[in-house]
Parts: sequence; C-alpha cells; structure tokens
Amino acid sequence: MILGSINPAVLMAALMVAATPILLAAIGELVVEKSGVLNLGVEGMMIMGACIGFIVAVNTGSPLIGFAGAALGGMALALLFALLTQALMTNQVASGLALTLFGLGLTALLGQQYVGITPPRTPRLDLGPLAEIPFFGRAFFRHDIVVYLSILLVGAVWWFLKYSRAGMILRAVGENHDAAHALGYSVKRVRLLAIVFGGACAGLGGAYLSLIRVPQWTEGMTVGAGWIALALVVFASWRPWRALAGAYLFGGVVVLQLNLQAAGVRIPVEYLSMSPYLITILVLVIISSGKGRGSLNAPGSLNRPFHASS
Amino acid sequence: MRQTLLRLEGLSKSYPGVRANDDISFEIGEGQMHALLGENGAGKSTLVKMIYGLVRPDAGQMILRGEAYAPAVPSEARRKGVAMVFQHFSLFDALDVAENVALGMENPPALRDLAERIRTVSEEYGLPLDPSRLVGELSAGERQRVEIVRCLLQDPKLLIMDEPTSVLTPQEVEVLFRTLRKLSEEGTAVLYISHKLEEIRALCDEATILRGGKKVATCDPREKSARELAELMVGQLLTPPERPERPFGEVVLEVEKLSLKSNNPFGTSLKNISFQLRKGEVLGIAGVAGNGQDELLLMLAGELCAPPGQVRLKGAPIGDLGPNHRRGLGLVTAPEERLGHAAAPDMSLTENALLSGSGRKRLEKGGFIDWGKTEGFAREVIERFDVRTPGPDVLARALSGGNLQKFVIGREIELDPDVIIVNQPTWGVDAAAAATIRQALLDLAGKGAGVLVISQDLDELLEVADSFAALNEGRLTQVRPAKGLTVEEIGLMMGGAGDMHVAHEAAE
Repeated sequence: MILGSINPAVLMAALMVAATPILLAAIGELVVEKSGVLNLGVEGMMIMGACIGFIVAVNTGSPLIGFAGAALGGMALALLFALLTQALMTNQVASGLALTLFGLGLTALLGQQYVGITPPRTPRLDLGPLAEIPFFGRAFFRHDIVVYLSILLVGAVWWFLKYSRAGMILRAVGENHDAAHALGYSVKRVRLLAIVFGGACAGLGGAYLSLIRVPQWTEGMTVGAGWIALALVVFASWRPWRALAGAYLFGGVVVLQLNLQAAGVRIPVEYLSMSPYLITILVLVIISSGKGRGSLNAPGSLNRPFHASS
Repeated sequence: MRQTLLRLEGLSKSYPGVRANDDISFEIGEGQMHALLGENGAGKSTLVKMIYGLVRPDAGQMILRGEAYAPAVPSEARRKGVAMVFQHFSLFDALDVAENVALGMENPPALRDLAERIRTVSEEYGLPLDPSRLVGELSAGERQRVEIVRCLLQDPKLLIMDEPTSVLTPQEVEVLFRTLRKLSEEGTAVLYISHKLEEIRALCDEATILRGGKKVATCDPREKSARELAELMVGQLLTPPERPERPFGEVVLEVEKLSLKSNNPFGTSLKNISFQLRKGEVLGIAGVAGNGQDELLLMLAGELCAPPGQVRLKGAPIGDLGPNHRRGLGLVTAPEERLGHAAAPDMSLTENALLSGSGRKRLEKGGFIDWGKTEGFAREVIERFDVRTPGPDVLARALSGGNLQKFVIGREIELDPDVIIVNQPTWGVDAAAAATIRQALLDLAGKGAGVLVISQDLDELLEVADSFAALNEGRLTQVRPAKGLTVEEIGLMMGGAGDMHVAHEAAE
C-alpha cells in the first residue's frame, strides 16, 4: 500500500500550511467580489506582499512587522486598482491583469538584493498541552499564529457578511448597485473599502509564502497561487466556510502531489497541478447551468461598472 | 384648509443640454393625496429625486413643516419623514425580504424583531408578506409590498410613489388604493406619480401637471375629465388609432401544448401553452410582469428552442430554428428591452438596421456588407416612422426611449413580415410615439400580417387587440374576442381564474 508511507498527521499539518496563503488571498477576494468588483490582480498583490513582507522582516528582524508591511504593500497595490476602476472607471478585467503584471515586475526589481537570504524564523504558537495530544497535536496545534489567524478571519468574514449591517450593505452593493445607490448608500466607498481589504489579505497570503512556507525570496515565487485563490472564490460559490474547505482541498492536492512523488507513484504531477482549475471549471459549468442555489449566490453586479446617473 | 406639509418654491435643475425642472412651485398638505402628472421626460423623476435627496436643485428651496428642507442624501430625507417607493431599482433579488427592508431603514432593529414587525405592519395594511423569502422569488405585486412596508415601518409623513401600478393587476391596484386611503386618513401625505389618468381621478385630491420640465397647472383631478388632463399633459390633441374592420385569414402561427423550462433561475417556465394567430389578427397577451412574457417571446423569437412540431409557421414546424432562420421565413420579433436586446447600444442605427435586416433585405453580398444599401434601409425606417435623430450614424444609446422604440419596431415592420411579435411595444414611450407605434402595428395587420402584442398595459391591449389572452404563472388562458371584455373579466384572467384552464383543457 503506497499510502502507508505517508503519515496522516504530518500530511494534515503540511496541508494546513500549504493552504494558508491561498486561503488568505481567497477570503479577501471573496469580500471584494461580494461587493461587485472582480479584481484579477490577486497574484500581483500577493507577490507584492511576499516581497515587501520579506524586505521588512529581514530589515526589522521581526516577522510580525513583516506581515504588517506585507498587508500595507498589498493595500497599496489594491488602492491603485481602486483608483483605476472606481474613480477613473477603467475596465476591471484589464486593470486586474495589468495589476498582476505590474506587481510581478515591480517586485522583481525591489527584491533583487534579497535573493538567497533567509528571513527571521516565525515561531510556532505555543498552545501548551494541546500540542501534546497524540495525532491531533501534531496535525492541528503546532502551527504559527498566521494559520490560526486565517481561520479566524474566515469566521469573521462569515459573521460580517451574514449578521452585520455593514456586511449586508456590502452584499446589497454587490447584488444591485443601482438599487443601493437609490437608497443612498455610497457604492464607491463600499467598494473601495472592500478592494483595500482584499489587497491586505492577498498581501498577508503572499508574505506567508516568502516568510514561512518557502521561506525565501525568489522572483515570481507565487507561481499561480493568486489564480488558485481566484478560482477558489468561484469554487466556494462566494461562501466563506466553503472557501476554507476548498483551500484545504486544493492545499491537500498540492501536498499529496509532493508526497505521492516521494512515495514513487507514477501519476504525472501535471494532472494533480491541473486539478484545482479543472474543479473550478466544473463548478463554473454547474453554476451557469442555473441549477442549485450556487447561481443565486453570485453577486448580481459582479464586474459591472457603476456610473451614478442621477 | 389643511396645513401645509411641504412647499416647493421655484425648484430648478439642469443637466447638460436639458432643463429638467424649471421654476417649479407647489404645496402638499398634511394627509393629502397629491398627484404628479406628466409624460415621460416631463421632469417628474428629477423633481422627486430632489425631494428625496438623490439630486440637489440648482435653484429654489423646499420648506417642510415650516422649516427649510434641503436633504443632501436620502438618509436625511428618511430621517425627516420622507419615504419613497421606487418604480424599479431598489430591491435586491438575492437578499430576503427582511434584509431588503432593513437596507431602506435608518436604524433597523435586529433582524428577528424586524421580521415580527414586518408581519404585523404588512397584515395591518392588508399586504401580507413572509419576511424570510428571497425577493427574487416574489411576484411584482409582492415586491412592491416589500417597498411599501419598508416605508411604512418608518412612519413617514410624506410617501412618494413612483408609477406604482404599472406592474399590478386591477385587483392588486384595488388593494394598493385601500392601503393608500388608509394612510391618508391617518395623516400621511402621498405624492403619487403616474400617467394613468383614471387612477389619479379615483384617488387624488389635487394634481400638479408637468410638461417639458415646467409646471402647467395645479388642479382638482376630480373636476376635470381624463381627456382634459391628458391634453394638459401632452399639450396637444390626441387621436385614438383607427382600426378598420377586416376579415381574418388562415392561421399563420400556431403553438400547441408547449411546455418549456425557463433559462433563468428566477424566471417562469411555460406550461402547456396553446394558441393560434390568423392573418390580419392582432392577438393581445396580458399579464403582470414575470408571468412568462419574456420566456414566451424568447420561445417565439427562436432564442429558446422548442420541440419543432409544437411551433408552426404557416403549417411548417419551426420550433428548433434560430431567430435569423425564422426571420427569413417571415416571423420577426421586437423584445421588451430596447437597449441591449432589441438594439446594440454602442452601434449606430445603420449597424442596428443591418443586424436584423441583412437577410430579408439582402444587405449582404457574398459575405460582404453593402453599406450603401444598409444606410438606405436605416433612412427608410427613420423617415417612415418619424424617428427624431440627426442621422443614421448616431449610436442607438443616444436616442430617447420613444425614438429608439419607433426605430426598433419600424425596422421589423419594414421587413414586411407575415408574423410580428412585440413585447411591451410602448413601455416608457411618450403618448405621441406610442400612438405612432400602435397605428403602425394595426396598419401591418390591415395588410394581412399576424400581430402578437405582449403587454402589461391593459389600455393599450384594449385599444389594438382583436383577441385577448392572459399569461399567469406560465400558463396561457383561452383566447377570447377582445370586444365586450370587461376590466373585471380581464383581471380574473390575469389572476389565473382556475375554471378557465379547466374549460380550455376540456375543450381540446
């Protein structure tokens, strides 16, 4: 039995680490899309976070300050996107793609002197006796703080969207911006805030890659994580807990792919790397076929530019 | 004399190229039912948007209960007791009733308490509502209840209603009027915007009439006849369309026991639809929005495919043919949505003429477009149907609703079809343009074409239709001669009176 050589507890632990960057980016993008904006620049904001986070952490010696810097870096890029799409009314798809390319280029420049350096280590969170529980301790309770933060963030976003008034307004803006405007809500302000939040989350996700998961800075090191995050939002049909499940599923696929290779299974790796996207395509097909409630959860004004006409 | 609630003094507002409101003054009393009458484009919407804080006036002032009133945002208007029920654009399909209500309130209570209050208030005013349902699943009448209840929960002093009855059946209109009268007795003033004169005469104590952005009169609508009001509103005399008696020929279009699933999750599926359309006949199909009109049009146009034998044009099965193919065979359609469905907004009128005319008018040769001929076709439509535009190279979106509608319908009529199907041909179109369009449809029927008009405007249907049927939840009632039908009977048909289906099915 080939799977016998894989330790489930270690696999689980590795999976959570692998899933955290895309989960962070995806939960941010979920909020952005719920407000009716499609920001395809997630990859660019992630690499920005990875680079700025790394630079700040190396220079200050503190990974936590690094993460804060990464969030700011992601936000800065997101602000640029917000300026383009909300104030200057540019096309969201084109601006998002440009943001990705711009982020990749800018970080290649900024990070030139940081290649090959090791960043300060992020300690794992000491959870005392919890970490000693057989199996579960190893799988769930020996992680760094960011892993738990990402899960908390999912819960917070879920609560925010479902129960808070601000969350309801955000959903309303994404569902029908003309109606929201007619009722007197500021569509642009809501969207601006959502975009900036999305940028901060993507930045954190990127920094998790460069400071913990890899940990190193290399040019273009996100290698498609931002795109997986985007796919994940659709896969989760804009529901936070499903995004968590999806991230762990996609994370699992990545980890499994490494483990299977190590265990000598002869499935070409490419099949596994394709699988997140294949699943997303499937989900998109199911949604657009109009069956089930998934199609109803898609924000009605997604990717439609808003002009206040009155 | 009642006390004055709101006084408008010399309100003016301009947009680039238009003077939307020009020096408008009038008063609304406490508890008064005040009508605001006018054609599309007369400036009614702009005026109420200023009262509701969505638009700021360029000049003039408003006085609410003796104090200066200049709301900068709608929430300020709501705080001061002004609420508004919109004609469209203010509900969220994917949110439930309680959430929709909460979004329109200043300080909504927790959702659970709110649900309770929605139930109480909605029943008190005879507008029952289930707070936990998704708005996307509600009928048009129920959606309007959501809007009204949203306003009522805030104890408004002034309730603005923008064309509230355009989506209701006659019975639903009665319920709405009872609610409004009750409100008025309780001291809430209502500013009622409409262009339906009989309604206003039945409901309101005072009417202000706007034309071209200016106030033309304030009067008591009960003392004027509907014709006098209409002439004040339009500023000219109106002639009803001529309808010559004509014999019907053989059946040109036939649909038999057709059921079809909607392609939209909030849509209505068609259920067991049967009807026949004869040469020279105008068949009117009534129904409240969202009862399958869109699906019926898509099915007849060929945008939704049906089993071939169940839709027949001149006896030949066409159910599985696409729109271009059907147009080639002589069946043309003009859908409800002018911008984006009937016409491509960012293309010129010439290009839009090409899109539907290329086949029947032979505007293409060997895969190349004959632009000269196409422009000629567009000019022909513009001239014959009096489309007011600088020329055929103007973008479709630059035309006003009425002019674009004349162009879109004229374009199809010029194709000399055997059957024409139109949905809401005069929705949002001014009276003069509407009369032109109706006359053109009748003329076409006079030349021997079958005409099918889907509309929510009963007056329009009674004016043009020879035969009449109604859609209700995707079912079509029996087709009856329009002559001699009363509004009561039509209301019952639109409400889906059960015995009619039974009789219909037994007859087959």
